[in-house]
Amino acid sequence: MSDKPAVRMEKIDRERGHHLLHQMLRIRRMEERCADLYAQTKIRGFLHLYIGEEAVAVGVIDALDDDDAVLGTYREHGHALMKGLSAKEIMAEMYGKVEGCSRGRGGSMHLFSKERRFFGGHAIVGAGIPPTVGLALADKMQGRDRVTAGFMGDGSVAEGEFHESMNLAALWKVPALFCCENNFYAMGTALDRHQSQPDLHLKAASYGIPSMQVDGMDVLAVNHATRRAVEAIRNGEGPYFIEFLTYRFRAHSMFDPELYRDKSEVEKWKERDPIKNLSTYLRKRDLLTDDEYDELDKRARDEIEEAVKFAEEGNWEPVEELERFVYSERPDQES
Amino acid sequence: MTPPEQSSKTVTYREALREAHKEALQRDDRVFLMGEDVGYYGGTFAVSKGLIEEFGEERIRDTPLSESGFVGAGIGTALGGMRPIIEVMTVNFSMLAMDQVLNTAATLLHMSGGQFNVPIVIRMATGAGRQLGAQHSLSLENWYAHIPGLKVVTPATVDDARGMLWTALEDPDPVVIVEHAGLYNREGELTVDGESVDIDRARVHRSGEDVSLITYGINLFKCLDAADALKERGIDAEVVDLRALRPLDRETFVDSVRKTGRAVIVDDGWKTGGIGAELGMTLVEEAFYSLDAPIARVCRAEVPMPYAAHMEQAALPQVEQIVDSAQMLVKPNV
Repeated sequence: MSDKPAVRMEKIDRERGHHLLHQMLRIRRMEERCADLYAQTKIRGFLHLYIGEEAVAVGVIDALDDDDAVLGTYREHGHALMKGLSAKEIMAEMYGKVEGCSRGRGGSMHLFSKERRFFGGHAIVGAGIPPTVGLALADKMQGRDRVTAGFMGDGSVAEGEFHESMNLAALWKVPALFCCENNFYAMGTALDRHQSQPDLHLKAASYGIPSMQVDGMDVLAVNHATRRAVEAIRNGEGPYFIEFLTYRFRAHSMFDPELYRDKSEVEKWKERDPIKNLSTYLRKRDLLTDDEYDELDKRARDEIEEAVKFAEEGNWEPVEELERFVYSERPDQES
Repeated sequence: MTPPEQSSKTVTYREALREAHKEALQRDDRVFLMGEDVGYYGGTFAVSKGLIEEFGEERIRDTPLSESGFVGAGIGTALGGMRPIIEVMTVNFSMLAMDQVLNTAATLLHMSGGQFNVPIVIRMATGAGRQLGAQHSLSLENWYAHIPGLKVVTPATVDDARGMLWTALEDPDPVVIVEHAGLYNREGELTVDGESVDIDRARVHRSGEDVSLITYGINLFKCLDAADALKERGIDAEVVDLRALRPLDRETFVDSVRKTGRAVIVDDGWKTGGIGAELGMTLVEEAFYSLDAPIARVCRAEVPMPYAAHMEQAALPQVEQIVDSAQMLVKPNV
């Protein structure tokens, strides 16, 4: 079941290469700006940055259709942006403004969009996996040709819900794509200190789920692997599991002094920066010039600056509305 | 829709529930039942017996022993447009799924700023009385009643067993249905055959002037027996069945106590931090000046449930205790 294909980089043209690069830059610039805004106390609470891992969200979500569902973890800003939420509504949510994608009720860890079929934003580790199975089961029971992609971290693989969910997904052959972002640390505990079997895809494989391990620093490899998995899922072959080997360049959250890893390790991984990785690849093939890179980067920066302005100018929800959204306001509300 | 057939027939609580499931499955293609042994076994309490033959494996879905997994999956199906009924066997095992209920089902609507409601129905048996020991005899419905975002109902009568399910399924938000395991074999007159009933109002089962006995679930019948016994002693007791623990219909039981001036709260759970404390404090807040006596509570003894029958019965609220408590409030010197 488990295989490690030598996933080749697809031949890509200029337009496609620029698109993927631009998507990663959008996430990178948004996350960097969030870090600044956190220091300025504009954003509060927990803030988990995705810097270093951009190739996974970009490569995976690019391979999905618009009406496929995505479920994220608490490190989900990039996934939300890729799923089509605007930088504006995401940034406003970080600020806690009513214009935010969750009206300021969710914050950084709980981004949602019904319109974009982005189902959150789940901050209990592992707890998003069973609903991923359920969303996929609902599609199967209703005969809809859709895929549900659920993201999880390496830490979640130690949770009982991971194992319960793999078993259910395999038993019921649901159209779910499980995307494990293995960044080698469960918060501050290294992979080989929290997993008896650190090849995480083997765990899914042991439930009979087709699984693979992919270089998560390479957006083309991520995208190619995901397309292959999605094709199998749409062919009715049941769930698929992909372990993406990736790395977060920043601390776990803004409160983390990073006592558990050496700076040299971080620097080593930074050499494999997914943005640098793709840029080099494109430049070598004369598919990217310095000016073009600067233009893509400028577009990303401008978009984020506009989002910050939007969030700054946003409104606070009146306190009188505190008790709204505990129960549905319309009895016929459809999920 | 044709008006429901009016009839008055004697059925067990189990049969009433089974009818309710059958009807819901026939009425709405989105409805399905999922849980441990709901299919070929027929349900641990035989509620779903025969349903898999009629509705098939897809809609009467046996699950592995993965409470958190299948409750969470149920939440996902609700988000995906289905109307799941999830049976988690008993409240004891439901604790394994508590995170999904508390942190996902009850919070999604709020966390998403009103975008994602979760129309899920979660059923479970509760309670003691069958010598099953400490791990199979809990009454923890008050834990669920503590959580904003959930509705918690406790059908005691066959009418409610028959009528609450459809109302719960029509509700856009998560509803927990708590069925006392001692009720499944109990027979009653079904007076609202086929009709759904509200799930947010308490009901005065017996009107009285001297003392209010406020309860829910199986203890409704102990309170009714106690009221009979009190009548013989010249005490006119009113019996209030809460029917739902969340939202709590405060108005009905507060009004009752404003009238009688005395309250005995009968709670199947432990006293400390129990639903009885919430009821009592509500009375202090809203009916204090109507009280003619202190509020009394009859609860489960604060021990893990013992196996031996006499010890188990000693740990549970009994008719005699209810009678004595009421007597103390009304005529302490008799």
